[in-house]
Amino acid sequence: MSKKIGVFVCHCGTNISATVDVEKVAEEAKKNNPGVSYTTTYKYMCSDPGQKLLRDKIKEEGLDGVVVAACSPKMHEHTFRNASKKAGMNPYHVEISNLREQCSWVHPDKPTGTEKSIDLVRMMTEKTRKDKSLNPIKVPVTKRALVIGGGIAGIQAALDIADAGHEVVMVEREASIGGHMAQLSETFPTLDCSQCIMTPKMVELAQNENIKLYTWSEIEAVDGYLGNFDVKIRKKARSVDLDLCTGCSSCWQVCPSKKIKSEFDMKLGNRTAIYIPFPQAIPSKPVIDREHCLLFKDARKKNIPPNDSKVCRKCLDVCPIAPVKAIDYSQEDEIITEKIGAIVVATGYKELDDTSMYGEYGGGKYQDVITGLQFERLASASGPTEGEIQRPSDGKVPEIIVFIQCVGSRDPAKGCSYCSKTCCMYTAKHTMLYKHKVHDGHAYVFYIDIRCAGKDYEEFWLRAVEEEGATYLRGRVSRIYKKGDKLVVLGADTLTGSVVEIEADMVVLASAMKAQDDAEKFAQKLSIQYNKDKFFSEIHPKLKPVESSSAGIFLAGTCQGPKDIPETVAQAGAAASKVLALLSADELEREPVVAKVDRLPAPIFSTCIGCFYCKRVCPYGAIAEEDIKARDGSVIKTVARVNEGLCQGCGLCAATCRSKSVELAGFNDEQVYAEINSVEFS
Amino acid sequence: MTEETKKTKIGYYPGCAITKCSTSEEYGTSVLGVSRVIGPELVEIGDWNCCGASSAHATNHKLSTALSVRNISLAEKDGYDEVLAPCPMCSQRLIISQNDVHEDKKLREEVEDAIEMPVSSNVKVSNYLEIIKNYSMDEIAEKRKKKPEGLKVASYYGCLLLRPPKILKFDDPENPTTMDEIVAAIGAEAVDWEFKTNCCGGGFTLSRPNVVVKLTHDILEGAADAGANVIAVACPMCHANLDMRQKNIEKEYGRRFNIPIVYISELIGLALGLKPKDLGMDKHFIDTDFVVDAFSNIEE
Repeated sequence: MSKKIGVFVCHCGTNISATVDVEKVAEEAKKNNPGVSYTTTYKYMCSDPGQKLLRDKIKEEGLDGVVVAACSPKMHEHTFRNASKKAGMNPYHVEISNLREQCSWVHPDKPTGTEKSIDLVRMMTEKTRKDKSLNPIKVPVTKRALVIGGGIAGIQAALDIADAGHEVVMVEREASIGGHMAQLSETFPTLDCSQCIMTPKMVELAQNENIKLYTWSEIEAVDGYLGNFDVKIRKKARSVDLDLCTGCSSCWQVCPSKKIKSEFDMKLGNRTAIYIPFPQAIPSKPVIDREHCLLFKDARKKNIPPNDSKVCRKCLDVCPIAPVKAIDYSQEDEIITEKIGAIVVATGYKELDDTSMYGEYGGGKYQDVITGLQFERLASASGPTEGEIQRPSDGKVPEIIVFIQCVGSRDPAKGCSYCSKTCCMYTAKHTMLYKHKVHDGHAYVFYIDIRCAGKDYEEFWLRAVEEEGATYLRGRVSRIYKKGDKLVVLGADTLTGSVVEIEADMVVLASAMKAQDDAEKFAQKLSIQYNKDKFFSEIHPKLKPVESSSAGIFLAGTCQGPKDIPETVAQAGAAASKVLALLSADELEREPVVAKVDRLPAPIFSTCIGCFYCKRVCPYGAIAEEDIKARDGSVIKTVARVNEGLCQGCGLCAATCRSKSVELAGFNDEQVYAEINSVEFS
Repeated sequence: MTEETKKTKIGYYPGCAITKCSTSEEYGTSVLGVSRVIGPELVEIGDWNCCGASSAHATNHKLSTALSVRNISLAEKDGYDEVLAPCPMCSQRLIISQNDVHEDKKLREEVEDAIEMPVSSNVKVSNYLEIIKNYSMDEIAEKRKKKPEGLKVASYYGCLLLRPPKILKFDDPENPTTMDEIVAAIGAEAVDWEFKTNCCGGGFTLSRPNVVVKLTHDILEGAADAGANVIAVACPMCHANLDMRQKNIEKEYGRRFNIPIVYISELIGLALGLKPKDLGMDKHFIDTDFVVDAFSNIEE
């Protein structure tokens, strides 16, 4: 039975009608396109009256196929499909002919625009004739969220989800949660102490009964799909039993390896081999750094089990827990599987490691050329100098200090073109912290532009200049070299056109925020997309800022791009609200536009030849290998199968398949060829 | 020397500054003198012309490119695989021109038209440090006759050997080490100092002498403060500014440096036992006797 198709041509005000003769398009459709039984035009099809027109005509005219010739399907396909559903039609018999983005906006004159529009409408009419009814796919939902990363982004997202009553699993790869925010001294633009506002949140998280915390753990693998992820977590051997340990501190006080550079103090301070990263760590229980611990070093050298080494067992001896000690040298990595419904990725950033890139700034040679995070530790009351600004080489209080902005940012010559966004503000903050502690000191700042766009931000940096007297020089530094115990900073002041030479005691590089070293590998593990700088990509930069390219995986914080604390917290809240929306239903409805590998009766079973090219091209990891077995259990052939939960309907597999065994629902060969064949090529 | 490098035929492009009877003649004679002892064999490219540095490339891009490219094309015509241009102004101009004609098809056609020869695509242009590092490091160790005593060398690279790094692709542009390696190979001490790649003022020596005096002063002071007693160079421009202007600088700043400025090829030559006069050690403004004397001990 042939379909009765209605064609609705939209003027879009004058957006379409200025370059397309909409009346003629409607007329031609009715005259020449087989199956078209009704046509009309309307000023705004997407308006309420426009949708009502569509619904009414479907009923009145008994339509079973609709072509709306309007804007991009990205805009209103959903609107018109919903309207047709209300009129009792299967929504997948509605097709959109894009007369705006792909025609009226790009063509200059009416004759060309009209001619092309007629073709576009004919193509979609032909496709509509072949459309089949499709029904949404229903997937059950595991009402549990996973948050990867325990910095401020992860903590905020986890708390928001847990407070709404859902279970949260948090995985943090360091020994404590807290991330970079716990390292900061004060925060802009209010200069309140970072730890003072961070630690209550950490405690809140630890005490929340809905949150299960895995520290010193990493994500091993993520399988499954939206609502039904299977996540494998590697609990790295901590060598300390978290249930038994009380965090009494005896062990790290007796540890003889006291000169290990502390990662938390950005290598400006020392820690022991059994250690907690910082006093407010959560959990406040130590971990043994097996690389530096004397016992493990000895065991590795002699190739014996660590328990057999007798070199140093001071921490075990001193541990007061009885009868079983909390320290266990023989602990091994453990793999745990958790069932998860939705995932928040909050893996954070890494500060630029300047040693190799900036030879002109000493490339790591000068102790007194430090990074932004190192300065944070120097200024922090819990830092290696207890908050006194002392230079690392000799502990002298610097009288002249130079800050250089955009180190590793906005520097295409070094391969990093983006702006790290936070450095203008944190450098202004650093000059203030410095002046508050060294009253007679002088701070110079070299900058390219000052980008302090944010609430109270402009006022903040002006305070650094006007009240604290920091000297801002617009220009870059070409070189730093050592002269006696001073560092000579050679730069340009481009506003006066002069060369500047400053003999400084210490230099602070406003180092860029970079993606984590393993960001690329991690994104591939999760099948989410990332940009050229290895920051994870959101699907739409404006309208879907926290959604990753994989359904059910959301992004929060600096893993998605450089941002400051307020923005991170806001984004984490947004990601949490997306997770909550997902977890609020028992079943999820998904678009049925997914690929399917054919299955046929014996003896063919499937035309799939098992080459798995489709598996190689699938960006979402949605193709699985399936064994077709005989009754006795022997494998007859291995073919591809599409996981409907993971498939996003991109069609790459269908286009790649050599045996034409994959079909994309809503875009099968019959439909697409009908479209193409309807075009008369001149 | 490996089998492969033996086959490489290297053409020698002296350029105006170091050819016979020119201002930096001693650089050319020492390069050739050293190559006769430790190789590689250098044969002067026939009918070479100016590389177009300074005046030509400041006024006419096409002219300067054609001038440079003609020399490379001549080298290819004569069957050379590689060209040594000891003067870094020349090597830089030759390499940049070669790069420009390969990136710009139209320029390439215009240049081919001007030089009435096809543009060469296979000849590699090298500076002197590269040639020594790639072909002669082992030979220096083998044929070294004199052991320098008390010689602390500041290796000064200047700008032209390294910049623009994207095109020249030679060593680390911020902290190069090739010349330091050569200094170590002849048995002298290479001091770690901060001014390896600072600008000497180059051609501004005539138009803006005040600027050049400041820049060269900083270099001399940096070397002296780092404990160096000789500065090694591989560029006639650097040499002229540091050597010729040194007395002026001393007067201007009231500090006596008296640091001899020698070509790296002269140091190699002295270590190989060549006669100081044949290396042009007598052609310097700052007396080089101290350097020559440092090489009086015969190595056992």
